Amino acid sequence: MYNIKCDVAIIGGGPAGLAAAISAKEEGAQKVLIIERDNALGGILQQCIHPGFGLTRFNEELTGPEYYSRFADKANELGVDVLLNSMVLQIDSDKKEVSCVNSEYGLTKIEAGSIVLAMGCRERTRANIVIPGTRPAGIYTAGSAQRLVNRQNIMVGKKVVILGSGDIGMIMARRMSIEGAEVVMVVELMDYLAGLTRNRVQCLDDFGIPLKLAHTITKIEGNERVTGVYVAPVDENKKPIKEKEEFVECDTVLFSVGLIPENEITNKAGISINRITNGPVVNQYMQTSKSSVFACGNVVHVNDLVDNVSKESEQAGKYAARFAMGKFPKSKKEIPCITGRNVRYVCPHKIAISEEIEKTTLFFRVLAPEDNVKLIARCGEEIIAQKKEFRANPGEMCNLLVDTSKIAGDEITIEVVKED
Amino acid sequence: MKKEIICTVCPRGCHILVEGDEKSVFSAEGYSCKRGLEYANTEYLSPVRILTTTVKISGIDGDLLPVRSAKPLPKDKLSECMDIIKKTEVKLPVKRYDTVIADICGTGTDIVATKDIG
Repeated sequence: MYNIKCDVAIIGGGPAGLAAAISAKEEGAQKVLIIERDNALGGILQQCIHPGFGLTRFNEELTGPEYYSRFADKANELGVDVLLNSMVLQIDSDKKEVSCVNSEYGLTKIEAGSIVLAMGCRERTRANIVIPGTRPAGIYTAGSAQRLVNRQNIMVGKKVVILGSGDIGMIMARRMSIEGAEVVMVVELMDYLAGLTRNRVQCLDDFGIPLKLAHTITKIEGNERVTGVYVAPVDENKKPIKEKEEFVECDTVLFSVGLIPENEITNKAGISINRITNGPVVNQYMQTSKSSVFACGNVVHVNDLVDNVSKESEQAGKYAARFAMGKFPKSKKEIPCITGRNVRYVCPHKIAISEEIEKTTLFFRVLAPEDNVKLIARCGEEIIAQKKEFRANPGEMCNLLVDTSKIAGDEITIEVVKED
Repeated sequence: MKKEIICTVCPRGCHILVEGDEKSVFSAEGYSCKRGLEYANTEYLSPVRILTTTVKISGIDGDLLPVRSAKPLPKDKLSECMDIIKKTEVKLPVKRYDTVIADICGTGTDIVATKDIG
């Protein structure tokens, strides 16, 4: 068996893994290794050729390839090692070992000082949401269609219906239109948009693509190839109203119905998983329930902006490096972040209270859209951070900067309160 | 002529009702900040978009070069630009920000590579 030794082993070479590798190096880790299953770095951003990345981080509107190239160039300059074409099979958090299969070396064992999980997420499919009908050709998840069209030069269809108004779905609506396909409609189960407003304007409205809110696909038809779908409005319990069902002709159906963090390795290692995010439970250092293992990016919780992924991944890389070097901050206790009014989840899930004075960003999502709100972090009755927002949307992550030295008591509650 | 514009400057997404003719804006309602008003004016008179797509690589099947317009292009020129881009092929190696098509459709804007290949 082939053996490699390193200080920090990072699983995944997408935006999360790249940012973690750079900050681990900058923190002083000698040997930092990225293990990537694809044949190149960049992860999903390789196929995200559209603009809209980096607005908060670089104050510029970059495309996916431009965004990850900045990080890949920096990682290369700093001497980060990269093992491509390598599928990680399992990790051992006690021995701090990663086992993977590399296309050249075969079974490979990596001994590390700490491990960073940055595997990202995968798409929910038709099977996950159980849409009835036949199984003809022409049914794709939006992301796999995106890879085929943008990286492999394969056009997936001519007349398209998209289920789900997530960002990838809307971006694919534009992409297919630019490439000459007709996008008949985007169908969304909820009565509000799942993705960013900007994408609705630039991807749907620009091309006159109708958005059917509070609708769903009830059946897919077709023998060898999709011939059409039945679309029906839904009632307040999200049940389709059969009498109002209509047939819509198309040859392709794209599903943009959510993402699932890819945590097979995490589960196998016995790391605690949060039920809402389906990702590992982490503290503000992005440290999981196994102290030698850190996690960042979409494997922890699905983000809408890569800029946020880079930020939290830098935190993971920095503290994974400190752990490997024996310089990890000693914590007195860990307190949980509790979800209060109109908050679905908070990441990090808990905060370690240490001697060091730190400021940490809490990322969270609301349950339902609400206008004129105040975002509040409080310990008991005492408010330790707050900020006003004109609008809070489930599709757009909220954040609050918290000074950990101000935390008192045994928990911190995050809530969104309606302002008059 | 009246037009409703959804502002994309910030997540608030104001619905701005703009009234004007082909050359100027007479009035705008529903905006909440100066940037929103500017956005509505531009969006009404001469909307622009960054165009991103891919270009074929000569002699290679199954890989594509991602490209973008270096600056935003007039919205009504996008499909004309796509007609040119679809007919274009590049030879490797290509460096990020190399010009793939100069001054596309007389817009004064170049189509550039967004990735190094080869």
